[in-house]
Amino acid sequence: MNPLLEREKGLLELERRIEDLRSANEGQRIDMSTEIASLESKYRQLLAEVFGSLSPWEKVHMARHPRRPTTLDYIAGLDAFDELHGDRMFRDDPAIVGGFARLGGHSIVAIGQQRGRDMKENLARNFGMSTPEGYRKGERLALLAQRFNLPLVTFVDTKGADPGILSEEHAQSEAIAASLEVFAALQVPTLCIIIGEGGSGGALALAIADRVLMLEHSVYSVASPEGCAAILWGDASKADEAAAHLKLTAADLRGFGIVDEVIPEPLGGAHRDPAATVTRVLDRIGAVLDILESFSLPALLDARYEKYRRLGSWRESVAGSEGAT
Amino acid sequence: MPMADWLRGGRNREKVRDDAAQWVKCPSCGEVLYRPDLSANLDVCARCSHHFRMRAHDRILSLIDGDFEEIARGVLPADPLSWSDKKSYPQKLAADAAKSGMDEAVLCGFGSIGGYELALGVMDFHFRGGTMGSVVGERLTRLIEAATERGLPCVVFTASGGARMEEGMLALMQMAKTTAAVVRLKASGQPFITVLTDPTTGGVSASFAFQADVILAERNAMIGFAGRRVIEQTIRQRLPDRFQTAEFLLERGHIDGVLDRSNLKSTLERLLGYARAGMQRRKRAELSA
Repeated sequence: MNPLLEREKGLLELERRIEDLRSANEGQRIDMSTEIASLESKYRQLLAEVFGSLSPWEKVHMARHPRRPTTLDYIAGLDAFDELHGDRMFRDDPAIVGGFARLGGHSIVAIGQQRGRDMKENLARNFGMSTPEGYRKGERLALLAQRFNLPLVTFVDTKGADPGILSEEHAQSEAIAASLEVFAALQVPTLCIIIGEGGSGGALALAIADRVLMLEHSVYSVASPEGCAAILWGDASKADEAAAHLKLTAADLRGFGIVDEVIPEPLGGAHRDPAATVTRVLDRIGAVLDILESFSLPALLDARYEKYRRLGSWRESVAGSEGAT
Repeated sequence: MPMADWLRGGRNREKVRDDAAQWVKCPSCGEVLYRPDLSANLDVCARCSHHFRMRAHDRILSLIDGDFEEIARGVLPADPLSWSDKKSYPQKLAADAAKSGMDEAVLCGFGSIGGYELALGVMDFHFRGGTMGSVVGERLTRLIEAATERGLPCVVFTASGGARMEEGMLALMQMAKTTAAVVRLKASGQPFITVLTDPTTGGVSASFAFQADVILAERNAMIGFAGRRVIEQTIRQRLPDRFQTAEFLLERGHIDGVLDRSNLKSTLERLLGYARAGMQRRKRAELSA
């Protein structure tokens, strides 16, 4: 159970009472606008209390919120979308969707990870966890963008790669490694948005880009907090503790230079106003594409190389003087 | 620097330990092995051919003709997340350094194998399980970039539990960084060869390990993306013993070959020979053009 849903209950109750009073107030002789105003102020106070400062673990739940907009919600907001299917080898992975699209003045290729919005869809889409066929589909569509000379936009929203027996047999490592190679040197402008959860190598397979944008309450992590807790302490239930350590929030990652821009969310999170969130994200995509289009391709590729070349944190001593061995 | 000096600066492997430490039990067949004999046999059990996990220094000594010019040695770990659980990250690093004689999980440098000059990176599982953090990523990237600049082939021996959790996303980004360098190396026409040793998993297997032109593996090495335990917990059944072994991957078509450690050096020599032949053809074509 997502603990945020529990905390949102009080808010939803207040929303309902305000709505009831409003409709009762219409056509009534007794004016209840003072009561309504007081309830509304209480509502705003509670909203700020619940969502004003989220812990990293609460942000993980925000990123996984069942009503948070998913890739298909953003795709629905595009001016046109022509879906393309399959890896040309084995199957069409429903955990990754992609195709040609139009946004504002831009013709683009869009690829995104798609989790389910309910249990049925989650089962169909493997909870947004791609298999090797999904990465090969993504790689194929990325190369298609290059072939058509169109910018590439990716939406990242996955707990991570599918940890299954078939995925290993179908060379999961190779599929992700090959995708990284293609994205690192793709000969068109690339833009990535972390819209929900960015989990591990499964997320990175679609996330090497000239610009990486991230929604305010999304998370992006070397491993899911559950996975990290299991790896380090053999206990997945210590995920909240792992989340606190991992520095996985948008603000943290902006600080490291891993994320280029943080897109603010409505107070209470993207799911409280999905339409506004989708509009805001698509606006930013259009604006950033305009910027990327102003660079020459060699400049773009050099800048992409340098951006990733710099990432990391180490200290430098004069070679050999440390005697650390 | 001469190999002897480099070794002295490195691990003091001739240090006399107490008698008990001179004997090692083979985890596979149970044979009790005398450590100097085991070392002389490339850390392979003389009875059942079990391949022990090799230390990076020993690996380099077993392959390189003469001198080894180590690079990026001054790149040392920091603590970007100020990580602390039961122990702080710097404490964990110090404990592993004392135990393993390594200051990080990879050694990189230049040398020759059978007369063929190359860039060589060797990961060591004994330091933080060979996990890739900023130092592993930075040292390997410098190696791959230097190979590209000098026009030399690059060989990397992998051994890794994946990305290093204590460096968070900065560890994950090393996959992107090394990938970008590999792409440039390959575009320059130089070959990239990896040898996957036990174990090679996670962020290392899903980046440079599987980006090589030729991918070899040591016999019986465990190789995969998701760890065995994670998969078993997900599918709620026990995996077959051979799952994710080098031999299994060979059957599935994921890698080019599985080798006994004793054949590695000669195989690498031949591969480097093919690569040189190709480079010479290219040069001849350029000259005649």
